[in-house]
Amino acid sequence: MGHAFKHTFQAALALSVSLLATQAIAKSDITVAMQLEPPHLDPTSAAAQAIDSVVYTNVFEGLTRFMGDGAIVPGLAESWEISDDGTVYTFKLHDGVTFHDGTTMDGEDVKFSLDRARSEDSANAQKALFSGITEVEVIDPLTVKITLKEPNGNFLFNLAWGDAVIVAPESIDGIKTNPIGTGAFKFAGWVQGDKIDLERNADYWGDQPALEKATFKFISDPTAAFAAVMAEDVDVFSGFPAPENLPQFEADPRFQVLVGSTEGETILSTNNKQPPFDDVRVRQAVAHAIDRQAIVDGAMFGYGTPIGTHFAPHHPAYVDLTGNSAYDPEKAKALLAEAGFADGFETTLHLPPPSYARRGGEIIAAQLAQVGIKAEITNVEWAQWLETVFRGKNFGLTIVSHTEPMDIGIYARPEYYFQYDNPAFQELMTTLNSTTDPDERSKLLGQAQTMISEDYVNGYLFQLAALSVAKAGVQGLWVNAPTAANDLTAVSWAD
Amino acid sequence: MSRNLILGTALSSLVVLAAVLSFLWTPYDHTALDIPNKLQPPNATHWLGTDHFGRDMLSMIMVGARTSIAVALVAVGIGMTAGIPLGLTAAARKGMWLDELIMRGNDLVFAFPSLVIAILITAIFGAGAINAIIAIGIFNIPVFARITRGAALSLWEREFIMAARVAGKGAARISAEHILPNVANLLIVQGTIQFSLGILAEAGLSYVGLGAQPPTPSWGRMLADAQTMVSFAPHLALIPGCAIILTVLGLNLMGDGLRDWLDPRIRVART
Repeated sequence: MGHAFKHTFQAALALSVSLLATQAIAKSDITVAMQLEPPHLDPTSAAAQAIDSVVYTNVFEGLTRFMGDGAIVPGLAESWEISDDGTVYTFKLHDGVTFHDGTTMDGEDVKFSLDRARSEDSANAQKALFSGITEVEVIDPLTVKITLKEPNGNFLFNLAWGDAVIVAPESIDGIKTNPIGTGAFKFAGWVQGDKIDLERNADYWGDQPALEKATFKFISDPTAAFAAVMAEDVDVFSGFPAPENLPQFEADPRFQVLVGSTEGETILSTNNKQPPFDDVRVRQAVAHAIDRQAIVDGAMFGYGTPIGTHFAPHHPAYVDLTGNSAYDPEKAKALLAEAGFADGFETTLHLPPPSYARRGGEIIAAQLAQVGIKAEITNVEWAQWLETVFRGKNFGLTIVSHTEPMDIGIYARPEYYFQYDNPAFQELMTTLNSTTDPDERSKLLGQAQTMISEDYVNGYLFQLAALSVAKAGVQGLWVNAPTAANDLTAVSWAD
Repeated sequence: MSRNLILGTALSSLVVLAAVLSFLWTPYDHTALDIPNKLQPPNATHWLGTDHFGRDMLSMIMVGARTSIAVALVAVGIGMTAGIPLGLTAAARKGMWLDELIMRGNDLVFAFPSLVIAILITAIFGAGAINAIIAIGIFNIPVFARITRGAALSLWEREFIMAARVAGKGAARISAEHILPNVANLLIVQGTIQFSLGILAEAGLSYVGLGAQPPTPSWGRMLADAQTMVSFAPHLALIPGCAIILTVLGLNLMGDGLRDWLDPRIRVART
């Protein structure tokens, strides 16, 4: 009897141990935290990056897509052919793709999505991506022909953006609160102010993801973010807001810290129309008054790569122009004197909430003070920043990170908030847009970078680092951020 | 003099002294960044260590004391200059429409949570020390108006006021010559307490980013900046935190001590 009991007990123990073990292996849900909550979930009608951070490639897919290393690979389009003159793209779509509501994804949906994005009354935040399209034709359900006005070397890249994902006419009305896409995850619920739930799409056309459920949690306060990760309430914190806390996570075996690069050129945006910044010598003086490394060390605790122009350093066409604006306060003073401001001048410095701006702003104000420029700091919330600075153009200086990929084209828009109006640059961009030869494009991009660097349009500070913290067992996360996304399709837990 | 009063006065004078001294001398320039030497714990060269930009904490605390005191002092000043005349008028016109108007106006201001309204005011008119002073000052007005009226009302019943009236003095003259001197004790004590509340309010507003703007140091903002660094540089939060606690404690002890010391009944009992 005693023996029998002992055996049963041992067997039960063994069973429960093995059950525990299977449970550990089978962990198939993940909680990803981010700082900002999306305003709604339609990536095709808003600029908010937080939308893409939730739905890009998880819920919605485009004809092409970004990979974590920035490469553009086929998405819903299986393959494509480009006509010899570079103006006609014929896409072959994947067969058997369905939306989450069960309807089929075919050429009509592609036509609908692209026509909707480029229409007159489109709310798309990146309409310029589609401006070259003259016609979208459905040849057969799985073949779509897109005709362009002129060759566009960036077209496949443009189609990979979150703003170019394929949506269905059947579900478009509810897209903001109930997004229906073709992705590996379905939208499952949204608790406003707290979290968004996704679950695995069993009918996904591609490889099934390892995760069954994913939750996006929104934690805006840096202190709360630190506490949530430390308490293991979240599995991943994408875009961790307090770089000063990362060494602690690095030293802790429970966590891994992912440091990559983003497309975010962090710049001291300068109002080129507002005196005295309309004088290139003053802008150059500002550039020489700034010690970038001090800003990277002081504001970002060493995370970030100094830049000398508005271009991502990890891009093959990047030209290192930091030498144009090397830290040289004496030269800055001389330039100011030459421009008639020997005693300096007063200006404003608007700082939005992220710590790169608030801390970077304090450092820049101190550095500018060294050469006699008195920059009065005004801390603003994002809404106020958009109103006063971005739309109102009522500012002297501001700090912001331009996170769109390949956005040097904004310098060709004289009405853009920093108001740089240079016909030579605008012409250069027109030439670039109609050039498809990669070498020629690189050369033109180099010229463009040099032009804005030598015109000292803005103070070029550093490339924003992509900083994420994850539990040690999470694998398959993007390290870099070639676009705003938390691609969970390849994410899994190590055994 | 009580122990409270001595300790309170000592702490408060220390803060005032630091603030006054900061006009003449600080160990380092409080705006000078020294990023390679950031986050140093207290040591021989930097007695209270350095912050996340390598600024000297002692210098920042000293200049921060200046900000706190200036904001609280002017705010209490606003409260007194507006509140005391209002209270005296209300007492002199007891039960009449002017009294009602003043006191119901006071109730209206009192009914709002003061810090929330202060946040509203700074949010509308922009963040900054001046707006913080106005916001805090406005909420000091009903405090002084009420306390003045309450004390003055009982005085108006006294014989010496009767005598003054018989002598032909008007309400304004009586208020100024007889009522005010007799409520002054009370007002000084209340002033000390409001002063400490003003320092707390300034720290609170700065903490949420609505007080003095950088580079002007402020204890509240120093606390906010230190938040994410508490785990590896605790002195960044402890030092401004202690500064706020000791100042407020000092002022409260001083207020308590002053009340005991100035209260005629206790004074009579003592002698």
